[in-house]
Amino acid sequence: MTATEAPPGAPAPKAEPLAVRTPPARKRLVPYWLLLPGLLWLLVFFAAPLVYQASTSIQTGSLEEGFKVTWHLATYWDALGAYWPQFVRSVSYAAVATVLCLLLGYPLAYLIAFKAGRWRNLVMILVIAPFFTSFLIRTLAWKTILADGGPVVGALNALHVLDVTNWLGLTEGHRVLATPLAVVCGLTYNFLPFMVLPLYTSLERIDPRLHEAAGDLYARPRTTFRRVTFPLSMPGVVAGTLLTFIPAAGDYINAELLGSTDQKMIGNVIQSQFLRVLDYPTAAALSFILMAAILTMVTLYIRKSGTEDLV
Amino acid sequence: MTRTAPPHRSGGDVRLEGISKTYGSFTAVHPLDLTVPAGSFFALLGASGCGKTTTLRMIAGLEDPTTGTVALSGQDVTALPPYKRQVNTVFQNYALFPHLDIHENVAFGLRRRGIKSVKKPVEEMLDLVQLGPMARRRPQQLSGGQQQRVAVARALINKPEVLLLDEPLGALDLKLRRQMQLELKRIQTEVGITFVHVTHDQEEAMTMADTVAVMNGGRVEQLGAPADLYENPASTFVANFLGTSNLIEAEVVTADGEELLLKAGDAALRLPARRCSAPARPGGKVLAGVRPEKVTLAHADDAGSLPGGRNLLPARIKDAGFIGVSTQYVVTVPGLGELAVYEQNIERDGRLIPGADVVLHWSPAHTFGLDAAQDIGAGADLDEEAA
Repeated sequence: MTATEAPPGAPAPKAEPLAVRTPPARKRLVPYWLLLPGLLWLLVFFAAPLVYQASTSIQTGSLEEGFKVTWHLATYWDALGAYWPQFVRSVSYAAVATVLCLLLGYPLAYLIAFKAGRWRNLVMILVIAPFFTSFLIRTLAWKTILADGGPVVGALNALHVLDVTNWLGLTEGHRVLATPLAVVCGLTYNFLPFMVLPLYTSLERIDPRLHEAAGDLYARPRTTFRRVTFPLSMPGVVAGTLLTFIPAAGDYINAELLGSTDQKMIGNVIQSQFLRVLDYPTAAALSFILMAAILTMVTLYIRKSGTEDLV
Repeated sequence: MTRTAPPHRSGGDVRLEGISKTYGSFTAVHPLDLTVPAGSFFALLGASGCGKTTTLRMIAGLEDPTTGTVALSGQDVTALPPYKRQVNTVFQNYALFPHLDIHENVAFGLRRRGIKSVKKPVEEMLDLVQLGPMARRRPQQLSGGQQQRVAVARALINKPEVLLLDEPLGALDLKLRRQMQLELKRIQTEVGITFVHVTHDQEEAMTMADTVAVMNGGRVEQLGAPADLYENPASTFVANFLGTSNLIEAEVVTADGEELLLKAGDAALRLPARRCSAPARPGGKVLAGVRPEKVTLAHADDAGSLPGGRNLLPARIKDAGFIGVSTQYVVTVPGLGELAVYEQNIERDGRLIPGADVVLHWSPAHTFGLDAAQDIGAGADLDEEAA
């Protein structure tokens, strides 16, 4: 863009004496200058790799002979055919973890927003505190917590909780590690703050007088929650579920560290295709399929929840 | 849930007995007895922080009283949560539900009580507040005055025994406020519900209410009809908070019979004994008060031709402000300080300009007497502060 170019829609300065004075060109360009660093960043680190990956996904060849663009779209079909169970698993693990995050996070966010009083900041810090440690370390800690013969598994066995989860198909035998339960627990734990923070923000914005007004208008506390608080917190629910579901669906650390080969998610497949099998076209195609799947689900979800002020 | 009984057609009375509220070591409301008769328009008037809103919230059930009881129509409701009380509140900033349209906001109370056919009553109520065409809009698409009327409609549709109004006009500009005052008064007369109105605006309280309770520091200073409070204030706070008062420190000379004879500076003033709320004995001090509009100014040259039997004070005009219907003078009385005088602009005397020597005169019957032990300036600047 050159400096003399006017932004679209800006009226060109006219010779008429009564015309509204247009700000000088430099001033009009300020928004564009402010956008520039971010745009450059996006271009170099998002748009360019995306185009590169798109081209990779339609290439054929091998590492020794080199890859060439041959418009081989069948890679997509083959990848989907071979790895659809991992796709289904990713979506269902992420969905269960999202629901668990919502069930755990909503009461927590509600407490911080309305009941914590002077403890509010402390509880907020406790929610954010895990971020001070690396994601990897925290997940490894879960490996220790859930280790076979550890106190957690011992307690769950003693309380016959594992019998229930076995029956549900979440665990197998007398262990938690290397089962779907462990992966879902890890996902839930790791993404809980992403649920709590937007929920808290939207709950905190609700005028407490609306609760009083509802009570004054014959709504019992439960009805007040159902008719006033929850609907008003919907932007937070939508934002929180998206911020949890999207990264959880593409996550591979939890499945890698807490699961076995039977709990591999699509993220694990993409990772191993890129780094171990070195089948770049399949890895790229899988990435695009995952992206398309998430975009479709998110679009449907947002349209369904009718929250326009989210995006 | 047991549905609340169908509301009464007309208002109920409110009886507060020994009700108080303390927050830690701070007492917001001192033990208070108050009866609001059924069907009346009652105003709680006071500056911010005087306990009027806390009192209102205790009636609504939004605040638990520390001591005392709240009774509505003879029934003790102290232990009932708000949703079981036959009262509705118009909140200070309306507290309309932003996620519901106007129709649903107004229907909210009816739906919570399990009433199925809400369409007709809601439409009628919206017509009453002249918002019929706005039914499908969201609150944030309405102007302040319209939102205020929605808040009134949302409360009134439940036909409560008592309607509580918490500074309902505070967010409106002056002109709209005057208009809404008359509107609310009209609605109250029409529906016959008891209104308890909290305000810091003394003019608003006097225009609308049948009975005004002036609150200060968590206590009711005085309670009565607006004209009665204005003419016979019982404390310096009421005298200064409701309109403007000239308060003159005076010494009691004689205190027998119908009239007290006072000495203020060099002047002698007369005060009807029944209008003196302070104990008066010869040699003691009282504050003699008179409203600025009751005082007439005469140029010093005409002092000889004044009618007899009036209270007289020689003074000098310090300042004169012409405001159309009247002229407001500030005069200096030697030894007594500054007094205010409001003169109707009927026959203006061209000699009454700043610097002129004048005589203030007024009928002794317009003088009131207050206890001199009080702070003479109490409540004087609070109205402006709160507004």
